[in-house]
Amino acid sequence: MKLRPIAGIIVRQFYLIRGSPVRVLPMFAWVAIDIVLWGFITRYLNSVSASGINFVATLLGAVLLWDLFTRVMQGVSTAFLEDVWSRNFLNLFATPLSISEYVTGLVLTSLATSTVGLLVMLALAIPVFGLAFFALGMLLIPFLLVLFCFGIALGIFASALVLRLGPASEWLVWPMPALLSPFACVFYPLAVLPPWMRAAAYLLPPSYVFEGMRSVLAGGGLSLPRLACGALLAILYIILAGQFFARVYRYAVRSGLLARYSAETVS
Amino acid sequence: MTDGITAAAPAGDVGSSPEYVLSVQDLCKNYGELAAVAHVSFRIRRGEIVGLLGPNGAGKTTIINTILGVLAASSGAIRIGRYDIARERSLALSRTNFAAVYAALPGNLTVRQNLRFFGLIYAVRDLDARIESLLDELGLRALSDTKCGLLSSGEQTRAALAKALLNSPELLLLDEPTASLDPSAAQIIRGHIRELAQHDDCGILWTSHNMYEVEEVCNRVLFLSHGKVLLEGDPRGLPQEHGTHNLEELFIRLAREPLAQPAGAGA
Repeated sequence: MKLRPIAGIIVRQFYLIRGSPVRVLPMFAWVAIDIVLWGFITRYLNSVSASGINFVATLLGAVLLWDLFTRVMQGVSTAFLEDVWSRNFLNLFATPLSISEYVTGLVLTSLATSTVGLLVMLALAIPVFGLAFFALGMLLIPFLLVLFCFGIALGIFASALVLRLGPASEWLVWPMPALLSPFACVFYPLAVLPPWMRAAAYLLPPSYVFEGMRSVLAGGGLSLPRLACGALLAILYIILAGQFFARVYRYAVRSGLLARYSAETVS
Repeated sequence: MTDGITAAAPAGDVGSSPEYVLSVQDLCKNYGELAAVAHVSFRIRRGEIVGLLGPNGAGKTTIINTILGVLAASSGAIRIGRYDIARERSLALSRTNFAAVYAALPGNLTVRQNLRFFGLIYAVRDLDARIESLLDELGLRALSDTKCGLLSSGEQTRAALAKALLNSPELLLLDEPTASLDPSAAQIIRGHIRELAQHDDCGILWTSHNMYEVEEVCNRVLFLSHGKVLLEGDPRGLPQEHGTHNLEELFIRLAREPLAQPAGAGA
């Protein structure tokens, strides 16, 4: 892999964001609204509940981490969609740029934009609602990494789906995190799920993160093997998503889909 | 069948040679039962401008897309310099570039941003100096900070040509490069392209429906119909050889009348 082509993908996204307030706003507006909304909800729950549970730490912390995962996933797919929207496939893929360089560029772009989102969320949640985000200590690192990795995997998968099914399928991309959220156990423990949903939850890396986070905040410690399981799953999904993207790309080159990419290419 | 026009002789081995920037050998592209390109072979020397002519649907763009690696050939081989496009894609495409009416640069980036983006993708050395030089050469200086989507079609063509020249390609593919230019701008661009071939030893594959332009610019032409090369030769000599007054008349005749196939001529 060469660095300059990867830098090209990142620079392009930087130009787009710099030149368009419409692209800047989503980087922090929706996450900020989420934090404000859930900040007040958790503050209210703390005031009326006698359970002793700190809702700010459990619920608001979970919202923050879930929003981060969503931003990472959408960061990858949005950077890809920029090429769809500007009909740039022919210009882009007729260059020496390799698929691994292209995908790496998308991923790094997403990491940069989602980090901005994370900083905005922290800047609101810590001083305004008293979220003790760093109380999780060093465990934050694996928690964040697992969510980053799964977000990247889902973003690559979503991009491959759009490449295969055509631009109109971008409407399948946006609800993906929402579809996964009931199984990811963001707000409730895995134990409350029926068996079939629990089986699905075990396949999702975020469920290990949120279970672990709740356990640590409740003073119960962390199951490292379980967290390792989540991490391995996230890495496995990145590999599978990368292979899926490469496979779809090869199909697109073989079938002529890439050269004639338009809104009506579903076949 | 009786007009005396006969098929181009099947080309012999067109393997790589330092003299040739492009070697296309026995290229076939099938979409199911449809043969979009059938057993096409040709080569382009350094400094040579070859016109690829034919009616709509003849297979010109399919050939260009396979050379650019965005469409996989069903069979046959394509070498850019000594690099096989199927096996050494990045090396082959780093020596190639293209401009086409149907592949405008992303409209949401300025001319300069587009040149920087693609310059990084092509890993162009001394990129800033190269961009400045191309802005002057193609008269884009005053438009450098204008978004490409706001340019007139003629200006967009010049911007696309600047992109196509960024990496000082050994092989340049131009699909109707002057289609949207006024006669004066088209003449300037033709002069520029001829200079590029003469002084930079760049081999150029040029498609156009303007036969006067082809006569003026091309050293050699290939007539394509139904995915096959019908004729090959000097655009200034071919009309007389085939009893027509000019290249346009020959084009119309070839496009409308069935080809006289000598026994045993290529598929």
